Amino acid sequence: MTYVKPAFRHPEAPINDLGYTRQVYEGGLSTLCAGCGHDSVSAAIIDACFELSIEPHRVAKLSGIGCSSKTPAYFLSGSHSFNSVHGRMPSVATGANLANRDLIYIGVSGDGDTASIGLGQFAHVVRRNLNMTYMVENNGCYGLTKGQDSATMDTGSSNKKGDVNLYSPIDLARLAIEIGATFVGRSFSGDKQQLVPLIKAAISHRGFALLDVISPCVTFNNHAGSTKSYENVRNSNEAMPVDFVPMREEITATYDSGETCEVCMHDGSVVRLYKQKNDYDIEDRQSALQAIHHYQSQGKVLTGLLYIDRDSEELHDVLGTARRPLNTMTEQELCPGSKFLDSINAGLR
Amino acid sequence: MQVKQSVNDFVIKFANVNGTGSASANGMFAKAIFRMGIPVSPRNIFPSNIQGMPTWYEVRVSEDGYLGRRGGTDIMVCVNPQSMAKDVAEVEPGGYFVYDNTKPLDLRYVRDDIHYIGIPLTEICLREYTDARQRLLFKNVIYVGALAALLNMDFAVLKDLVGDQFKGKEKLITPNIYALELGYQYASNNFECPIGIRVESGRAVAKHIKDFDNILMDGNTAAALGAVYAGATVAAWYPITPSTSVVDAFDKYCRRLRIDPGTGKKNYAIVQAEDELSAMGMVIGANWNGARAFTATSGPGISLMSEFLGLAYFAEVPSVLIDVQRAGPSTGMPTRTQQSDILSAAYASHGDTKHVLLFPATPAECFSMTLESFDLAERLQTPIIIMSDLDLGMNEWMSPPLEFDDDFRYDRGKVLSGDDLEAMTERFGRYLDVDGDGIPYRTYPGAHPEKGAYFTRGTSRDEYAAYTEDGAAYVRNMDRLLKKFETAKSLVPAPKIKQAAMETRFGAVFFGTTASPAYEAIEILEKEGIDLDTMRIRSFPFNMDVEEFLKEHDRIFVVEQNRDGQMRRLLLNETYAPAKEKLVPILEYDGLPVTARKIATMIRNYITHGNVTPINRRRRAADAEEVVA
Repeated sequence: MTYVKPAFRHPEAPINDLGYTRQVYEGGLSTLCAGCGHDSVSAAIIDACFELSIEPHRVAKLSGIGCSSKTPAYFLSGSHSFNSVHGRMPSVATGANLANRDLIYIGVSGDGDTASIGLGQFAHVVRRNLNMTYMVENNGCYGLTKGQDSATMDTGSSNKKGDVNLYSPIDLARLAIEIGATFVGRSFSGDKQQLVPLIKAAISHRGFALLDVISPCVTFNNHAGSTKSYENVRNSNEAMPVDFVPMREEITATYDSGETCEVCMHDGSVVRLYKQKNDYDIEDRQSALQAIHHYQSQGKVLTGLLYIDRDSEELHDVLGTARRPLNTMTEQELCPGSKFLDSINAGLR
Repeated sequence: MQVKQSVNDFVIKFANVNGTGSASANGMFAKAIFRMGIPVSPRNIFPSNIQGMPTWYEVRVSEDGYLGRRGGTDIMVCVNPQSMAKDVAEVEPGGYFVYDNTKPLDLRYVRDDIHYIGIPLTEICLREYTDARQRLLFKNVIYVGALAALLNMDFAVLKDLVGDQFKGKEKLITPNIYALELGYQYASNNFECPIGIRVESGRAVAKHIKDFDNILMDGNTAAALGAVYAGATVAAWYPITPSTSVVDAFDKYCRRLRIDPGTGKKNYAIVQAEDELSAMGMVIGANWNGARAFTATSGPGISLMSEFLGLAYFAEVPSVLIDVQRAGPSTGMPTRTQQSDILSAAYASHGDTKHVLLFPATPAECFSMTLESFDLAERLQTPIIIMSDLDLGMNEWMSPPLEFDDDFRYDRGKVLSGDDLEAMTERFGRYLDVDGDGIPYRTYPGAHPEKGAYFTRGTSRDEYAAYTEDGAAYVRNMDRLLKKFETAKSLVPAPKIKQAAMETRFGAVFFGTTASPAYEAIEILEKEGIDLDTMRIRSFPFNMDVEEFLKEHDRIFVVEQNRDGQMRRLLLNETYAPAKEKLVPILEYDGLPVTARKIATMIRNYITHGNVTPINRRRRAADAEEVVA
């Protein structure tokens, strides 16, 4: 890899509705291993934000600890970012969102960060339906600490030392659907065609959006015998293509009604899904769980938008908080003043 | 047998079974004496249980205004057969034992040096009520009525209190007053009332409570009000005794004050987190994003929050944490008090960390220090931990009224707005010490389209928040944090120092709820010819006043409620270390609030048996007195 990021850009590089080139959405130079799936995910986030014409300073990036959690440094350098502690990104994201509901929150986590040390916080941020996009860069192993098995490693998959995992894996997508997630997608870092529209849909979703992205670890988990190697994921990926049409655009593409369905998002955007052999209802939890399980039992991984509940109440709706961000409330609005304190004192005499 | 004679100066204790409704009757008893204008300090001594275990309520009546525990019991009101043996033994000679004599008293409980007052509580209830629940509840009200006659309490005040208590449930007023009268009548008809120990209104009280403009309130409610007044908009917490009522009270006041009348929407958010880790994470996230946020917890929560406290310290995110301490370690004794989180809070987290601590001693200070803590947190960009305890947080204390100055303005610290960033020509450095006080400037996410964004992390970075593992950059940053901690010394509340009337080389140091009984102990000792200057510590880091006090005295008694002398250790660690033997630990850690007698005894024993002779007493000029009793 090179250690200098070229500053040169094509003078006719495309610009988005804000007049920004894709370069505006980039970040620092990645320090991950060459070929790491996570870098592809960062690139997909950059594409999605560029294409959605999001103002970078309206995004807050949050992460925990691990290879995946380093990646917010590699995209959207114009956004504030918070690399918190291991497994605790959901709580920091919750607090941040409570303070300012108007920003776009993108959390990046890994399988160790989410499925092991952070499983508790993950479950509760799902339950609360916090309005955020939560990406898991899932490679089935611990990278920064050099290749230990993680809780998402499939039973029967072997690690680099050749040990076969006999524990049962945690399937984050199934778990999230089970405990009330309102948007669950799964994708593969190597499938940009599917991943970018999924990220756009996740950002457009009002409520908690999980994207479980299988993102192979080239250094510790890319060997024969690993179910999360590039080769195995390519072979077992049962991908449902996804298109994302922003709300302003007219839907022009033609399609066969039997093979696609359109899901209108909260903001008026449309997610178009190309179904394959399955005909399950992605707005039905049981149906989604069955479809995921059906492919898993055949050694396949179903990817695409797996489940969506378009009309859910996010945390602020449930709490009944003011429309205006809490961090904009002024002293005059918040402090009751001495008169009220006099009445408190009077009641305590 | 001697009859103990005492007006407005005694300790009465109620021995009850928890979950039987005794708390509200006992509370009414204490409040009635308070409304008669007599200083009172009630304390719940309760089990970690919902129903069926022994619970006590101790009320100290003291016209001298002593609000700490004295030690010993003059009147025991025992309605719990489970604890009777212990309760009888506790009564001071000449004191009174009030009990339910529906069944004859077990002869083993008969002492010849105390007085017995039998009131057939069960018999009266069986006669008067048919409903089992009423028979249980009114038993409590009946003994309060009997005490009114025995102790010469103002019956009209009690009746008013019943009216206040059942506002909105008027149906209950008449039966409660009737129950009070049943007890009152029985005592009047069967005993010579009042007894030797009694109350009298209109007598002089201690000068610091002179005009009796006091209020009766618990520290947790006061702290919650402090957070409301400070403009806290986010509270995240996990239920834990004895801190739970902080957020309960915050919720109560926010419902009254923070709901937009137009939209019905809330100008605040309260989230009950899945654990203390998450609660602290939410507080950090919200503060990072420019809202004032806090949490309340107790010792086990401090342990769980420690990792996050380190992050907040290092990433320099303001946070406010109210620690209502209880007996530890581990789950410890959840409903008993201690001051045993001092070291774990001061140094919470791995690596080199130090946190700013505040030590309130009264509900008024719980209010003012919580209010102040948000300014300190934002000014210093670091966690502020308010070290309350169960005794202060959950008991009602007589306190000066809460005060708020309408000219007070929040100090939101060094925050660059969008306009500031726009006008800036130099490069923004999140961790750059621009002003030389160790405190850098921060920005809120979303402040400016092109400037001010930075990467917050708990791993090393340079002045511009860029990742680096360069040792020199790490050291520069750690040293700046130390400089910031030095700056904190000039911002945190100074200690309250009180000189003895006589010159002395002895000093006593204490903090929080130890202050009240300690001041009383110092007065007891003064009468015996032992003089001590005192210093009530109100914050950590320690400033020069603390250093001076330690320097000026040869023997300093550090009075605290924990086993290991944690404040003493902190003083040894964090001041220009005086000789270890100069600081004498005076410790109580049985989970009950320390008593004045115990403190006096321990100091006296040290001085009389420790070959330490007081110097010849010499009077010195009078000094302004501290108001906390």
